[in-house]
Amino acid sequence: MAEDTSKARTISVGTIARVEGEGALRVTVKDGAVQDVELKIFEPPRFFEAFLQGRHYEEVPDIVARICGICPVAYQMSAVHAIEQVFGLQVDGALRDLRRLLYCGEWIESHALHVYLLHAPDFLGYDSGIAMAKDHAAIVSRGLRLKKAGNAMMTLLGGRSVHPVSVKVGGFSRVPSRRELESLRGELLWARDAAVETVRWVAGFDYPDFLSDYNYVALAHPDEYPFNEGDVVASSGLRISVNEFEQHFTEHQVGYSTALHCTLHGASYLVGPLARLNLNREHLTPLARQVLVDTGIALPLQNPFHGIIARSVEILFALEESLRLIERYESPPAPALPIVVRPGIGMACTEAPRGILYHRYEVDADGVIRMVKIVPPTSQNQSRIEQDLRLFLPRVLDRSNEEASLACERVIRCYDPCISCATHFLNLEIRRDQ
Amino acid sequence: MAVFKFASCDGCQLSILNLEEDLLALGQALDIVYFPEASSAMRPGPYDIALVEGSITTAEDARRILTVRQQTKRLITIGACATAGGIQALRNWADVESFKQVVYPSPEFIQSLSTSTPISEHVHVDFELWGCPIDKTQLLRVLTDLVSGVQLRLPGDSVCLECKRRGNVCVLVAKGLPCLGPVTRTGCGAICPSMGRDCYGCFGPTEGGRKGPGFPPNTDSLAVRFHDDLQLIPIEVLRRFRGINGYADAFKQEGEKWERKK
Repeated sequence: MAEDTSKARTISVGTIARVEGEGALRVTVKDGAVQDVELKIFEPPRFFEAFLQGRHYEEVPDIVARICGICPVAYQMSAVHAIEQVFGLQVDGALRDLRRLLYCGEWIESHALHVYLLHAPDFLGYDSGIAMAKDHAAIVSRGLRLKKAGNAMMTLLGGRSVHPVSVKVGGFSRVPSRRELESLRGELLWARDAAVETVRWVAGFDYPDFLSDYNYVALAHPDEYPFNEGDVVASSGLRISVNEFEQHFTEHQVGYSTALHCTLHGASYLVGPLARLNLNREHLTPLARQVLVDTGIALPLQNPFHGIIARSVEILFALEESLRLIERYESPPAPALPIVVRPGIGMACTEAPRGILYHRYEVDADGVIRMVKIVPPTSQNQSRIEQDLRLFLPRVLDRSNEEASLACERVIRCYDPCISCATHFLNLEIRRDQ
Repeated sequence: MAVFKFASCDGCQLSILNLEEDLLALGQALDIVYFPEASSAMRPGPYDIALVEGSITTAEDARRILTVRQQTKRLITIGACATAGGIQALRNWADVESFKQVVYPSPEFIQSLSTSTPISEHVHVDFELWGCPIDKTQLLRVLTDLVSGVQLRLPGDSVCLECKRRGNVCVLVAKGLPCLGPVTRTGCGAICPSMGRDCYGCFGPTEGGRKGPGFPPNTDSLAVRFHDDLQLIPIEVLRRFRGINGYADAFKQEGEKWERKK
């Protein structure tokens, strides 16, 4: 919809597609210069942090999963690790491996969805993955089969891929036998080759030349590519334990959005696959490194459009990691550790597909939740997305309203924003005062 | 076909995308003309079929669902939020103003109704798919039946029947877990007992399992069993029923009964 008057020019696009959740973007342009950029999230708030108060700790993994249908495992993992900290519980060995394996399944499923169905259509000029399938049937089928491999892992370990049911404080309600896990191996070997092909495929896309100076934030672990454990590190040099998170990262509310904005020492930063890959490249597998060399991709990646490359590399990593974990798996003596409830406060941060997800819980002596704080990845990236749009917009202001809007939508999709998590789809409105 | 989202986690829409190879076949059998989560092409109505995810939690959404209804021949809700208000319906027993203050530093900016309500409280719904999330096989069956002009029907009996078919040992009897399976609608494949735990009611109350169509499940007897035999205190019985589908009639009434006892 375009409206031209002598005074002001407003461009508004009904809805930005292929993101999870509902929101809008409003851009104000005056005398050819960008004035305000507001990423407006109007996904209705669901008040999870409020209604978790008064629930029993055992119910938490089932409830927080419902914050996001795309990354329920991330919510379950941050929750159980935080509550285990309250109870002084350390989950190790095969149970720890199974949690990594479940998380690998979610990364593969979520990344394959974004790479093939949500993001690649932008580079190949289609409205959707389904439309893309008419001309690129073999490629879309490969993506769907990859996604299915991730879902199959989640279903085996969690009963189903959306809102798995087996995760609990202390471990799982049921663990698989070695034989059950081995049944996945054949498909995972196919998927590993398909993931190599995916990296080669996306490396050949035509990317806008747009470099940004990011402060990347991710978990870092001395021995491994991070999922559930590690310090919070930033490319600016910050390195803190998860328990210090709230001393450095602060959430504030902006009037136009139902998602809170989170900043690090008052400034924007970036979480997610780009940040993780850049900060943890030494923990990539030899095959993943070799594919990067073969395709001429040099780290660190500093172009937000390269998010699709980072996601593809992480699919490959997650598949290799899954095969490694399955190879060494021996059933644990019990599916879960015994629990002794004690009151206290616990925090945890884990790597959701879209970046770090922080949870803090206060639990009372009866095991009832008294206080919850949740900081999802998209609310952390929100200010950075606005900043990137501000930097990107001058390139497209001379284009028609419709083209400029489409270009902004493409920028937003690079971050794979999950607005349901942040509250919390997008409407794009560009106001031009001339 | 169009797919609309209201207050939800996107998990039921993801179940559509999780149809994988069937998704491409579906794209050929049906024209999916409005599905913002999956496609930038968004065509205006009217639509033959609308799948609706999510519950009504804002005044704007209460208006939007009326427009969706006007443009649609067959409106089908997908999931616990659209069908029963969802987990966010827990606000229906609380003070939403205080909820806002827990989550937001400036609650005055937050526009939200004091309730989360199912789509059927606002407009006529042609068919409801239960589940948190929906089962993709049930979805595929309903869509196939719609395209073929078959009358829509899904089983309304309890999880227990499926659980027995799978050969599970009863977790209520053998482990003493407060399993909601006896009063919960089938459709998930009895996954919780199969994973060694108690059902928590994702598919909502059964229908007609006990006395025939239209009769609610015997939640009363199950709740008494939880209390008398499993030694749950009233607030624990209340929490069992007031969960994912806590605002569905049968669970709502049972929960309120135990709220008065606590």
